[in-house]
Amino acid sequence: MQKTYYDPADLKKFGKISEWNEELGAKFFDYYGKVFEEGALTEREKSLIALAVSHTIQCPYCIDAYTGDGLQRGITKEEMMEALHVAAAIRGGASLVHGVQMMNKVNKLDM
Amino acid sequence: MIKSLHKRESELANSKRQLEILSNGIFQKGALPTFKEKISETNQFPLKAKKLEILQINVGYMCNQVCSHCHVDAGPDRKEIMTRETMQQCLDVIKTTGAHTLDLTGGAPEMNPDFRWFVEEASKVGIKDFIVRSNLTIITANKKYHDLPEFFKKHNVHVVSSMPHWTKGKTDKQRGDGVFNASIEALKMLNAVGYGMPESNLRLDLVYNPSGAFLPSNQKSMEKDFKKGLLEEFNVQFHNLFAITNLPISRFLDYLIASENYEDYMYNLVEAYNPSAVKNVMCTNTLSVSWNGFLYDCDFNQMLELPVNSKAKHISDYNEDLLEGRNIVISQHCYGCTAGAGSSCQGSVI
Repeated sequence: MQKTYYDPADLKKFGKISEWNEELGAKFFDYYGKVFEEGALTEREKSLIALAVSHTIQCPYCIDAYTGDGLQRGITKEEMMEALHVAAAIRGGASLVHGVQMMNKVNKLDM
Repeated sequence: MIKSLHKRESELANSKRQLEILSNGIFQKGALPTFKEKISETNQFPLKAKKLEILQINVGYMCNQVCSHCHVDAGPDRKEIMTRETMQQCLDVIKTTGAHTLDLTGGAPEMNPDFRWFVEEASKVGIKDFIVRSNLTIITANKKYHDLPEFFKKHNVHVVSSMPHWTKGKTDKQRGDGVFNASIEALKMLNAVGYGMPESNLRLDLVYNPSGAFLPSNQKSMEKDFKKGLLEEFNVQFHNLFAITNLPISRFLDYLIASENYEDYMYNLVEAYNPSAVKNVMCTNTLSVSWNGFLYDCDFNQMLELPVNSKAKHISDYNEDLLEGRNIVISQHCYGCTAGAGSSCQGSVI
């Protein structure tokens, strides 16, 4: 049995998910490809967003893929780390902003 | 400044050892197909030389820089320099061949004591595209080189220069401390005489090599980022960017092995293999001449000491009939030229 849940080699097999449902797999990869094409945002900007989101959802495959993608695009480590701090700030802020709910309840119930 | 592999007496200074590494391990065990097996899948073996279009001449391995990825293993400690006699033999060939491009490389070609003589003589031949691969920092390295932009302009030389990034950090990491600032200064000097300006015929192109164990991204989008970065931050302009894949030989091979990236890098190259890039690889229309006049299919084969598969082995024996149609000599490093959009000294091939 596989000893870990994640194997880096599995990333390269991502395309194989289409084998069990070709129609939906094809639609997904077509959509995925279109999303990352240059539009109102550049491919470079989209790569940085993907890197930040990868860390937010803590996906090792995505972190691997978009760190490599960023390097290939000439994205600097300073830019990468700034993008991660944006993700971390939103993630931390999302916890902290619920403190308002806590405060509301305390203020309502406490004498 | 680091020393060349030759000066360090590294085992990788020996081309035979490099070829052993490229032929053994993952390729011997069958984990990855050899380049010959791969191109045979689409009936493209043997690769054949077509009509000569580009004559690339390496005028010496001496360089003022010691870049960590250098496939030439160039540096100040390399003494291999082309003589005027060999240059004359090259000129004799340039006059008779129908090649449209002459491409001078090194090392730093400007450090060859007969460089200016050679450029003056070669420019009289009337070749369509006369390239000098300048590392930029040589222009600012010493007073005697400060007039190079004017000299290039006088002889209508097409300047092609390496620039791994538009930021200091990434550039200096690959090419050495201080290289970025000196390169920007040199680019400004070239711009000042007209090189790289939007409407100018004085061509200035930059070469991008990744500064690590990864492949280059799309050449056009990288060019856009480079142009934006260099113009906004430094008011520097250039024409085109050539994105070149680092081939796993010499100092880049040394780096891959030392950083334990060799196998992953080879897997990436093989995975990115593009059969449609094969028909346009530069070795099919290029001939590389070494500092001592010997002939190779490309500059990489020159460094691996893999001579042309022809009876004409030296520039003094140049014979179009013998060289055209020759079988190109290949090994696993050739995957570097067929990855993604392909790679050549003129950038992507697709």
